[in-house]
Amino acid sequence: MPAITISGLTKSYGDVQAVRGIDLAVDEGEVFALLGPNGAGKTTTVEILEGHRSRTSGEVSVLGEDPASAGREFRERIGVVLQSSGMDKELTVRESVELYAAMFPRRNPIERIIEIVGLEEKADARIKTLSGGQRRRVDLALGIVGKPELLFLDEPTTGFDPSARRKSWDLIDRLRSLGTTILLTTHYMDEAQHLADRVAVMSDGLIVAEGTPDTLGSRSDDEAIVSFRLAPGAPTGLPAPFSAMPGPSFEVSVEDPTRVLYALTSWATTKGVSLEGLTVSKPTLEDVYLELTGDGRNE
Amino acid sequence: MSEGRTSTPTLVWRQIRYQNTLFWRTPVAAFFTLIFPLMFLVLFNLLFDDPIEIQGRDPLTIAQFYAPALAAFAAASATYTNIGVGQAIARDEQILKRIRSTPLPPWIYMAGVVGSAIWIALIATVLMISVGVFAYGLNIYVDRLPAAILTLAVGVTAFAALGLALAAISPTGDTAPAVANATLLPIAFISDVFIPISDPAAWLEFLGDFFPLKHFVVPLQDAFSPFVTDAAFRGGDLVVMAAWGVGGLAYSLRFFSWEPKTEGGARTRRKKTGAAT
Repeated sequence: MPAITISGLTKSYGDVQAVRGIDLAVDEGEVFALLGPNGAGKTTTVEILEGHRSRTSGEVSVLGEDPASAGREFRERIGVVLQSSGMDKELTVRESVELYAAMFPRRNPIERIIEIVGLEEKADARIKTLSGGQRRRVDLALGIVGKPELLFLDEPTTGFDPSARRKSWDLIDRLRSLGTTILLTTHYMDEAQHLADRVAVMSDGLIVAEGTPDTLGSRSDDEAIVSFRLAPGAPTGLPAPFSAMPGPSFEVSVEDPTRVLYALTSWATTKGVSLEGLTVSKPTLEDVYLELTGDGRNE
Repeated sequence: MSEGRTSTPTLVWRQIRYQNTLFWRTPVAAFFTLIFPLMFLVLFNLLFDDPIEIQGRDPLTIAQFYAPALAAFAAASATYTNIGVGQAIARDEQILKRIRSTPLPPWIYMAGVVGSAIWIALIATVLMISVGVFAYGLNIYVDRLPAAILTLAVGVTAFAALGLALAAISPTGDTAPAVANATLLPIAFISDVFIPISDPAAWLEFLGDFFPLKHFVVPLQDAFSPFVTDAAFRGGDLVVMAAWGVGGLAYSLRFFSWEPKTEGGARTRRKKTGAAT
C-alpha cells in the first residue's frame, strides 16, 4: 500500500507555476528521494505533502489522508525536518527533545533519541552553543521523536562536512531498517545513490525522470560509455557506432559494450592502431541528472 | 517506551513552563520587564517630593500615585511587548513553523505564550507594589483590593491579546520592538503613567480615553488613592479594555501568520518572480 500518492498536483504563486502537474507514488517502508536544482519545486511539493501549503489542483493522499485538511491525528503519524526552521537557542538539547516528545502520543525514549543522533555529550548544552551540523542533528531528533510512520527530510545534510554527512546517512539507514517510510529531498547525487530505493528528478515544476538510482534515465545495467582517442593519421574504417563520428576523440554510450568492444579492439589489433585512453564506464546518476536538468543551468 | 496522548492540561502547563524558561534565560527581557519600571518609581521619588494633602485623609504620596500606574505599565509591557516581540522573532526564526508541523494544537502553544506572559505580568505587578510598600510606605486599601485584582485580570488579558495582534501586524522580528515602543510609550504619556496631566487639551484627553492603557492605569490608581471612597470598581474602564482585547484577538485570529512574511515563504517568491517578469 502506498504511503504517498500524488496525481496531477499543481501549485501556483500568482501567475508563477512552481509545480506543474506531477504524479508520484511512494510505497510504505520505501526511501524515496526527490532530486532537482533549487527552484525546481521540491520544497513546495514536500510542504504540500506535510500540510504546510495548500495546493492549486490535483489529488494528494498521505497515509490515507488529505494533508490539506488532516489534523492532529495526521501530524501524530508524520515527522517533519524542514529545510530551515529555527529552535529556541536558550533550551538545551534534552529540554528541546522532551518538549517536542510530549506533543506526540507514541514517543521514542528521550535518551535513545539523543543517542541515535549522536548528541549524548551535548545533551545538556544550550542549543546556541552547538555547531551548525549539531543543530541539524537536533532537527533530526525533533523529527523522529514521535516515532513517525512517515518522515519528511528536506535537504537533511546541506552544509554538512563529509563525515557529518556519513553519520546522517547511517542514521537514515537505521530509520529505514525500523520500517520508516522516508521522503527526502537533496541535490547531492551521492546522497540519493546511497540512501534511496527510488528517486525522481524534478526540474521546472515537473518530474522529468523516475526510477531506481541505478536505472534512472532509462539506463540499463548493460549500458556503458566507451571513450578513447586516436592518434593523428590513424587509418579509417572504424566499426559502428564509431564510424559515424569525426574523431579524434570518441565517446559513445552503448547498450551492448561486450560486442562493441570486441569489434573495436579487433579492428585496432588488426590495423595495429593504439586506442589511447580507452575507458569503459557506467553513466553516473550525476551524468543523468545534469542531462535531465539541463546541465545545472537552472541554478 | 511511552504511549498515549499527553493530557491537554499537562501540555498547556508544559508550554507555559517552556515560555517561562525562555523568558528567564533572556536577561534583557527580564530586565526591561521587571527592573526598568521599578527604576521609574525610584526616579520619580527622587525627582518629585510634593505630596498632596487633604484634611482627614492619607497623603497622596509620589508612590501612592506612581506605584499603581507603573504597575499597570509594567503589566501591559510584560504582556503586550513581550508577546508581540517574542512571537514576531519566533516566527522569523521559523520556530512557529516547526511548531505547526507537530501535532500540538496551535491554541495550546498560544495558551503557553499568553499564560507565561500573564504570570510574568503578575510578578512585575507584585514586585512594583512590594517595592512601593517596603521602600516608600505605599498604603494598601484592603477593601479596594478586589477591584484592583479584577482590573489587573482584565488588563493583562486584554494586553496579551493585543500582544498577539502586535505579532500579527509586525512584518519582522526586527520591526516588532519599534512598533511596540512607538505604540506603548506615547500612549503611556497621555495615560497618566508618567505625568498626571492636570489640564489636558480636549483632543489629548480624547486620545487618552480612546486607547486602553489609561483604562488600566486609572482604576488601579483609584484603588490606591487616599481620596477615593467607593470600592473602585470601574466597569466602564473594564469594558473599554475588554473591547480592545476582543479586537486584538479577532485581528490576530484573522492575520496571525506562523511563517515569516519576508523570508523563504510564498510571498517572497511571488514578489521576486513578479519583479522579474
